[in-house]
Amino acid sequence: MIEKQYLLNSRQVAEFVARGFLRFDELVPDEINQAAMTAFDAGGIQSYPAGTPLSQCYPEPSPIGRMLRMPEIQGIIHSLVGPDPLFDHHAIHVRQPNEGKAQGMHGDSIIDTRMHFDIQIMYFPHDVPLEMGGTLLVPGSQYRRINEMDIARYQNFVGQIPMVCKAGSILVLHHGIWHCGRQNQTDRKRYMYKIRLNPRVRQYRLWNTDDLDEAKGESQPIFAGEKRSDIQAILAQREPWFEDGEGRLEIVNRIKQWRFLTGDDNFDVHYWLTRLENMPENRLEMA
Amino acid sequence: MAQFRQKVLVLYLANSALDSAVKGWTMYDGTGQEAHTTGDSAEPPYPTGVDALKDGWRVIQFPQLIPPYPGLEYTTSFQKYEFVFEKLEEMS
Ligand SMILES: [Fe+2]
Repeated sequence: MIEKQYLLNSRQVAEFVARGFLRFDELVPDEINQAAMTAFDAGGIQSYPAGTPLSQCYPEPSPIGRMLRMPEIQGIIHSLVGPDPLFDHHAIHVRQPNEGKAQGMHGDSIIDTRMHFDIQIMYFPHDVPLEMGGTLLVPGSQYRRINEMDIARYQNFVGQIPMVCKAGSILVLHHGIWHCGRQNQTDRKRYMYKIRLNPRVRQYRLWNTDDLDEAKGESQPIFAGEKRSDIQAILAQREPWFEDGEGRLEIVNRIKQWRFLTGDDNFDVHYWLTRLENMPENRLEMA
Repeated sequence: MAQFRQKVLVLYLANSALDSAVKGWTMYDGTGQEAHTTGDSAEPPYPTGVDALKDGWRVIQFPQLIPPYPGLEYTTSFQKYEFVFEKLEEMS
C-alpha cells in the first residue's frame, strides 16, 4: 500500500486533466541517474512482453527498476493508473549528436478515443539544455483526435514546451499528447527512457482525494478571468495555442474527463455543460 | 530567363479571419537557404495573417468552413484555420 503523502492531490490531477502532463524536476537521485546512463551506454535494458504486471518487470539489479520503485514514482503511477499497472512497452530514445532535423510532431501509438487513459513516463537521466533538444510537448493537446504522424506538418505552436531540465527529471504524459524529439545540436548523445503503462482498475479517485471538495471552487462568470487556483480554474485555463472556438471545446473535454475520474456527473466549469444539458420536459400547467 | 524558387509559410490562426492571431506556424524553403524543422522557434514569425501579407507573402489557400459532421460537434482535432502563403525568390 502506498503512503498517502506520495499520492498526487486533486489539484495535481486536475492539472494533468487540463494539460495532459505533469513534470517533476530532479526527482531521481544522481546515483540512479549514473547507473541508468551506464546501462544505456552498455547497449540497453531487458524488455518484457506487453501486458506483464509492472511488479514483475525490472528485478534487481536494475537502475530502471529502482527508479520506478521510488515511492514518489509509485505514488504518481498509483494516482493516475492505479496499483501495479501493466507494462505496455518501453524504449530508450537516442538523439544523435548534430542532427539535421527534429522528429515530426505526432501522437504515440494510434488514434485512441478512450476516456480511460494510459500514461507514459519519460525519464531524463542527464541534463538537457535547450540546444540538446529535449522532448517537445504541446500542452493540452491530448484530447485532439488525430492519428500518429497526421500532424507532422505542424512545426511550432505558441506556448509549446521544450523539455529543458536537469538530470533525474520526470515527465508523466497522457497517451494522447502531441510531442516530438527536438533536434540535438550538441556533440553529445541525448538519452531519454520511456515506458507506457496500462491501468488494470477503473480510473476512479485513485489519488489522495482529501482535498477534493475544498479544491473544487465556486462557479464564476465565464469572462471573469482566471486568477484562482481551484479545480475549476485549472480546468478553465486555456493554452496559448488554442483557437478561439476550439479552446472552449477543450474545456468541455476536460469537464468530461474530470466527471469520469470523480464520478461527479454534475461537475461543471462555469456552466459550459450544464447549459447544454438543460432540456426541460415538464409542461407548464395552464390554470 | 529568371529562375524562381518557392518559399511556403503556413499559419494556424485563432479563427477564420486572416487578421486573427497566429497560434502555430510552419515554413518550407525551396531556395535551400533555410532548414526549418519541428520545435525550432518559440515566437511566431508574424502576429497575424495580415502581417504576413504586409511583408510580401501571397496567400494561396484559405481554409474552407466545413460544418461539423453530426455527432462530432464537440470533437477537437486538427487546426481548422490553416492559411498557406508563398513567396517566389529569384535565384541568381
Ligand atoms: Fe513519440
